[in-house]
Amino acid sequence: MLTTKQSRLSALLIPILSVLLGFIFGALLMLLFGYNPIDAYQAMLMGVFNSPYFIGEAIRQATVLTFTGLGFAIAFKAGFFNIGIAGQLLVGWVAAIWVALSFPDLPRIILLTISIGAAIVAGAVWAGIAGTLRAYFGTSEVIVTIMLNYTALHLTNYIIRSVLTTGNTTDMVSENASLSVGWLTTLTQGSRINMGLFIAIIVVFLYWLFMTQTTAGFEVRAVGLNPDASTYAGMSAKRNIILSMLISGGLAGLGGAIHGLGTFGNLFTQSGLPSLGFNGIAVALLGLGNPVGIFFSSILFGVLDVGAGFMPNRAGVPDEMADIVIAAIIFFVGANYVIRLVLDKMKSNKTAEKGGE
Amino acid sequence: MAQTERVIEMKGITKRFGEFKANDNINLNVEKGEIHALLGENGAGKSTLMNILSGLLEPTSGEIYVNGKKAKIDSPEKANQLGIGMVHQHFMLVDKFTVAENIMLGKEKHNYGFMDDEGAEKDVKDLSDRYGLTVDPSARIEDISVGMQQRAEILKTLFRGADILIFDEPTGVLTPQEIDELMDIMKKLTDEGKSIILITHKLDEIKKVADRCTVIRRGQSIDTVNVKNTSQQELADMMVGRSVSFKVDKIASVPQGPVLEIKNLTVKESRGLEAVKNIDLEVKAGEVLGIAGIDGNGQSELIQAITGLTKAESGTIKLDGKDITGEKPREVTETGLGHIPEDRHRHGLVLPMKLEENMTLQQYYQKPFSKNGLLNHGKIKEFAKKLIEEFDVRTQSEESTAASLSGGNQQKAIIAREISRNPALLIAAQPTRGLDVGAIEYIHKRLIEQRDNGKAVLLMSYELDEVMNVSDRIAVMYDGKIVAIVRADETSENELGLLMAGVSLEKAKKELAGKDIKAGTAGAAGAAGNAENDGKERATVANDETE
Amino acid sequence: MDIVSLLQLIVSSSLVYAAPLIFTALGGTFSERSGVVNIGLEGIMVMGAFMSAIFNLSFYSTFGAMTPWLGLLAGGVIGILFSLIHAVATINLRADHIVSGTVINLAAPALAVFLTRAIYGAAQTGPLARSFGFSDIFLLEKIPVIGPIFFQNTSGPAYLGILVAIIAWVVLFKTRFGLRLRSVGEHPHAAETLGINVYLMKYSGVMISGFLGGIGGAIQAQAIHNEFGILTVAGQGFIAMAAMIFGKWNPLGAMGAAIFFGFAQSLARIGNYIPIIQDIPGVWLQVLPYLLTIIILVGVVGRSTAPKDLGNTFIRSK
Repeated sequence: MLTTKQSRLSALLIPILSVLLGFIFGALLMLLFGYNPIDAYQAMLMGVFNSPYFIGEAIRQATVLTFTGLGFAIAFKAGFFNIGIAGQLLVGWVAAIWVALSFPDLPRIILLTISIGAAIVAGAVWAGIAGTLRAYFGTSEVIVTIMLNYTALHLTNYIIRSVLTTGNTTDMVSENASLSVGWLTTLTQGSRINMGLFIAIIVVFLYWLFMTQTTAGFEVRAVGLNPDASTYAGMSAKRNIILSMLISGGLAGLGGAIHGLGTFGNLFTQSGLPSLGFNGIAVALLGLGNPVGIFFSSILFGVLDVGAGFMPNRAGVPDEMADIVIAAIIFFVGANYVIRLVLDKMKSNKTAEKGGE
Repeated sequence: MAQTERVIEMKGITKRFGEFKANDNINLNVEKGEIHALLGENGAGKSTLMNILSGLLEPTSGEIYVNGKKAKIDSPEKANQLGIGMVHQHFMLVDKFTVAENIMLGKEKHNYGFMDDEGAEKDVKDLSDRYGLTVDPSARIEDISVGMQQRAEILKTLFRGADILIFDEPTGVLTPQEIDELMDIMKKLTDEGKSIILITHKLDEIKKVADRCTVIRRGQSIDTVNVKNTSQQELADMMVGRSVSFKVDKIASVPQGPVLEIKNLTVKESRGLEAVKNIDLEVKAGEVLGIAGIDGNGQSELIQAITGLTKAESGTIKLDGKDITGEKPREVTETGLGHIPEDRHRHGLVLPMKLEENMTLQQYYQKPFSKNGLLNHGKIKEFAKKLIEEFDVRTQSEESTAASLSGGNQQKAIIAREISRNPALLIAAQPTRGLDVGAIEYIHKRLIEQRDNGKAVLLMSYELDEVMNVSDRIAVMYDGKIVAIVRADETSENELGLLMAGVSLEKAKKELAGKDIKAGTAGAAGAAGNAENDGKERATVANDETE
Repeated sequence: MDIVSLLQLIVSSSLVYAAPLIFTALGGTFSERSGVVNIGLEGIMVMGAFMSAIFNLSFYSTFGAMTPWLGLLAGGVIGILFSLIHAVATINLRADHIVSGTVINLAAPALAVFLTRAIYGAAQTGPLARSFGFSDIFLLEKIPVIGPIFFQNTSGPAYLGILVAIIAWVVLFKTRFGLRLRSVGEHPHAAETLGINVYLMKYSGVMISGFLGGIGGAIQAQAIHNEFGILTVAGQGFIAMAAMIFGKWNPLGAMGAAIFFGFAQSLARIGNYIPIIQDIPGVWLQVLPYLLTIIILVGVVGRSTAPKDLGNTFIRSK
């Protein structure tokens, strides 16, 4: 038992060290270009934590990241790389707003349910295309999901301009489709934090329940770790590919609904794919696929995202710095072999010293 | 050999992997022009030692002398320069390249960086003519026979001027007849002044070709003996460290009604060619039916069709009276099939998952392991603990990952899982591959036990000894067809060998009868052509030969 | 519009859009032939586009009309530097190839825009000093009928790309270097036992992919967008990867596929001039290249021809 605890501890060390190294890398880069990294990081953190409003905003951002992170994670566990999270989030956003605008007068509980439900279905279908093609034709899900990302982007803009409105922004959804929670808004001095937070916490729990306590989760894990042995044992690899991609896309679509209904309450034309999708990949990799880990990674990246906005004005550093730090963190998570190697060396040195005593 | 000359001297070689000593103070001397066998069980440390000699591993301590000079072999390149070449067990060949490209790779024939394909092919042709190793230089590796692939692998070392050739378990993929050819090649090479180290765990091969033999057990060199003066039994005892019997103890089988009935079965492999061609086969309750054959003659596809992993092209498969043709693996399993797959790492276990999860890999969705889609971890654990104890699976705990177990214990875990479901038919494909003698004995016992309990067992193995010792009847597969079904106690290794090479039963019997007469008149010279299959008798025959 | 000028329009705009894809797909071919998956090509293109834009704006006064061509080199060099991150991560640090590629794709746009802001104070560079424009291909333009359609007023970089594709084919299949590079992608342990430096070969493959991918990005910036911004590359790297798969990891196949994708992309721009196609709503022409990529991938199922050891981490036997 002791050994599993120890390995859990060292498993925790990798993301923590990766985050540290990522920040250090960012600092070095800023120094290289003549910026003051301490000012920049201070601006980022103070900007968020000195104001209830921005704490609320960071949590709101983290909420959506939790969905996209969990979405990426479940496909990853099943052995697939769903790079299409951004596109799936976008179609979820479109679906939620479309439904909410179509039935503005339905009671809140019903309208929210069908709007969010439509978003989940839309995201699931979008990812399901890639899953189905992978299952039946062996087509690389990486390329298919990326292609579907751009397809989603163009279709979204077309739908906004030609179907929902004639301009670049839709109307706001009705009060009945709003996710805002009065006391949370008041507590955070009017931030856009919303009931998505509670949905996210519930989904984190459901994700854990699904993966560890259900036969379907057992199958997803087994197929992800060894599809051949799972097939020999009578599981259907195809079914699980599709199932995990459906859930993955569904979670991304849910994130899109929370973002659309909760953050903005409308839909507008996009010049590029939402970064929330790609950062979801980062969140999942940093959280090592563990739902609680993903939740905490989301909060970190939420703070980074929102805090980045303070860097240009308060420290003169372009806010893209935050994205560079995120990329660096994931670099170190991905290259954790080195971190492990160093940790192991330190450990064996320690035991050697002990042995010498 | 008038004046012996040591070409290789390894002194006190130790190799540690963390806490584990794979080689512990091993000594090995190889003389010029000899075939020196390196005998040991799987995991004894033979491969580690040879990887050290061929520059793939560096020893923790110890010294190596090549041709009397101390050498530091820190790369395969260095080994090449010293004239040491390795013929790998799993051929180190690039499938998509031609024979010539594979042989030349790293020492290419080129003009200013541009490949000279014609020149290269000519050089390879010359080399193959010189040593009598027939290959087609311009053929792609993926298109040629295993035997030719091996010859290409040998040529690769000769092309690099190797004088000391290491053969790592070279016969596993060959027919008995191809093995004889290989033995001839090896003898011819030593006649040319080459020295050979033969890594093997097959005693009869050592008796046939080796001059001396170094036995390795648990990382230590036990002894180096003169093969002529040592019996197979003595070698075996040295290898295992205790007295071993090769015979599997079993009573006569009492076959009952058919459990598996296959009619007119045709199966296509992934590229769309027919791998199993219109075969009929029956396995009865209370018998072990062995399938003998060289790798790639349709055995794997046959098993995949029975287990539901591949769709049959035509024909029917009945299990326990139920038609299972075209059923999915899960339905077939539920009908009453246990399957010990050929590749336990790829197909038998999910290595990163816990042992307890692996133990219920086929049953997790059934009661009592789950209810309404929710897993019952307590029951899973309880079940795993029971199997671990009953089948003596050595593990830290049922929560350890399958990857943390040794090969033998992984296989035991699979067997425990498959037998615990009490299947009407148990398919065991290469169930003892890579295991040590203790584990092999245990697994054979379990298979026989299953038979004695009135179940049917289908055993597929490329090891003839195993098929002959464990089976009651043997079906020989060649080119997708079952060429003969013989009784295990009425056949011989040579007869099976001929059948496996596609010779019909009638012809095989005739040919063997002819050989026996010849052998009888020409004295004991034809040991290789002898028809006895009993281990002890073979040993005595070989001993006779030395006089 | 008469038939010759219509054909000329179709051919030249197809080639304009194909040029970045040809180079980048060739880059991917080298990387994957050495066994390293490089979805980071998208990010590498971004860096190449960025660097060429900077070069173009900074050195036009020095180099004049040659500037865009030299800009290709600038893009190629930054591509090599950026690909080294991928090489170190996947070859030495044993990172998953897709994770590492994703890192490159996250980092490149962020870094490029960060630097653009640092240098120009805005997220875009603004119009470049000199773009490639259209050129005539020496002598070939004079061939009757074929000359005007294929070789007049056309994309210079695309023809360079076709030339490079032929050279790449010779290098991969007819030289010692190519044989060794392919051996490492197929069976690195066999190569290792024969004394081939597996790491060096993989580094070569990845760095060549960085060079060609960087050039691809530089063409994208200097021939198509005429500026650098976050949207300059927008998925071209991924389409190039698809072209590589469609071309079965063969330089000539990859080139052909890239030209085909170039044609598909050009339709959204020139569709208005072509009968029948002009009646299709614009959005469909916009998503056509992406959907076509998917359809082609489904049809090809190229797995069987992929290098055998693709995507695996090579660990020395030692």
